[in-house]
Amino acid sequence: MPASSAEQPAARPERTELAVVGAGPAGLAAAVTAADGGLDVVLLDAADAPGGQYYRAPAPGLGATRPEALHHGWAEFAALVARLGRHRTAGRIRHLTGHHVWAVERSGADWTLHAVTGPDGRDGATTLDARRLLIATGSVERQLPFPGWTLPGVVGAAGAQAMLKSGLVLPGRRIVVAGSGPLLQAVAVSLARAGARVPALVEASGYGAYGRAPLVLAGNPGRLAEGARHGAALARHRIRPLTHRAVTAVHGTDRVEGVTVSRLDREWRPLPGTGRRIDCDVLAVGHGLVPQLDLAVGIGCATRCGADGSAALELDDGLRTTVPGVWAAGETGGIGGVRLALTEGELAARSVIADARGGPGTARAAALCRSRRRMRAFAELMGAVHRPGPGWTDWTAADTEVCRCEEVTTGAIRTAVAELGAGDSRTVKLLTRAGMGWCQGRTCGFAVRELAGCAADAGAPDRRPLACPVPLSVLARADRPEDA
Amino acid sequence: MRRPRIRTAGRTPAALAGAVPGPAFEITFDGRPVRALPGQSIAAALWAASVLTWRTTRVNGRPRGAFCGIGSCFDCLATVNGQPNRRACLLPARPGDVVTSQEGDGHAGLVR
Repeated sequence: MPASSAEQPAARPERTELAVVGAGPAGLAAAVTAADGGLDVVLLDAADAPGGQYYRAPAPGLGATRPEALHHGWAEFAALVARLGRHRTAGRIRHLTGHHVWAVERSGADWTLHAVTGPDGRDGATTLDARRLLIATGSVERQLPFPGWTLPGVVGAAGAQAMLKSGLVLPGRRIVVAGSGPLLQAVAVSLARAGARVPALVEASGYGAYGRAPLVLAGNPGRLAEGARHGAALARHRIRPLTHRAVTAVHGTDRVEGVTVSRLDREWRPLPGTGRRIDCDVLAVGHGLVPQLDLAVGIGCATRCGADGSAALELDDGLRTTVPGVWAAGETGGIGGVRLALTEGELAARSVIADARGGPGTARAAALCRSRRRMRAFAELMGAVHRPGPGWTDWTAADTEVCRCEEVTTGAIRTAVAELGAGDSRTVKLLTRAGMGWCQGRTCGFAVRELAGCAADAGAPDRRPLACPVPLSVLARADRPEDA
Repeated sequence: MRRPRIRTAGRTPAALAGAVPGPAFEITFDGRPVRALPGQSIAAALWAASVLTWRTTRVNGRPRGAFCGIGSCFDCLATVNGQPNRRACLLPARPGDVVTSQEGDGHAGLVR
């Protein structure tokens, strides 16, 4: 993979025809396709190399000679990166690495993007004008609280995967993987291949539920093959899959020493007396992914509630959002995986090209559209199978922290609902500070909404005017552009 | 062979990826030396040294470290070279970095 952290000029850039936010699979496919079509593209991404979370790779200094050993589909990614490199050299794509876009606003017929720069957004700030906007901001992991989940040694499953892919490190030697969703299988296998002992993969749902939709499965043979491949790899590494179970307690005082795994009923309620201890030094946990919609929601893009219970962008067949001049691709339209993201990235770019240059729809676009519908059907099935059952709230104890930043417990949230009359998650937040901390509810948002138990809340998008932390000095300059 | 299946007890992430890293360097964590490899984040260097905790929370003083691994959860905040609230999972380690455990909001010095 070519190095992609070349310095970009810091001066205010010219207006571009298309700004793509996010250089993961969807954004990368979109950027190179749009540039192939002759558009002038700026690709903004927080990381210093393309790939997003899925194709996260070790930093060049780590000298990985086999980065493909950490990934599936590496050849396809390498081909996209090579195309990106050619477009960068030719000046058709400007790839702005280390750019965290914190807000987008309409300015006349254009979009103005505001970004802070540097590895954690502390180095500087910049703005950019674009005629069209394509949002490919991906997703973050969904978490459900349980007793002990704040103890050091409990890490996000996707987080453990990300740290392994980028830093070539493991958080411990004996790792239980738990939660729900197909990502857990990939994580468990990765950790085992990297040398960890993975005694169990604890899945709250069951894989049999996929059988309810044989037609959807038949239309997605690739996903069936992937499941079979994961099953074989789990067996090879002696990882025991435990379905319809969840971690209901974590043991240890300063760090994880073991977990208790309990059986669940169909609604994910733990069955008393079924708890069994498994010794481990790390628990990697996650309940699938949630689309990152801050920028899109900020400019008024409409959302829908997906089968997984989380908000996703409402998109048409050309991947237009409900706001003219704004497209989206990949996980922002609902969690669907890397193949769907690559397909949607290309399709969205073709839709942008048609908008910019005119011309009839192509056979390629029609084929992509059919693939997309097929994969979206699988994504909805996956979302429904792994959607947390209502009984998960029974895992939590009164003193279980739900909001990790503000240290707000289940008990405090239940009191706000039952005794103080909070009827929705916003009122819960105002009364308890749940979701008001550093992460702005990115980690606890889903759980707080479910504990608040308001039907109108379900699947509603979070609203965050700032998509990442922004220094006050940058905000002040953004308000008075003549100082920028 | 594209996907070597190494099943020995000596499996490591570096061996899996065929890593030939540049020269290791030193950072300090709460005064003691920690080895880091070029390109690793501060959180990755700490994990490699079996350190999982580098912050205590504001309300209950509970220990925390990296959780989401991608800069989204802010649990991995540390004080780096005197600056509090740096996300250790995003910040690359640099030779000589002085990392200290962050207590609460990391601004206790302001109110003394």
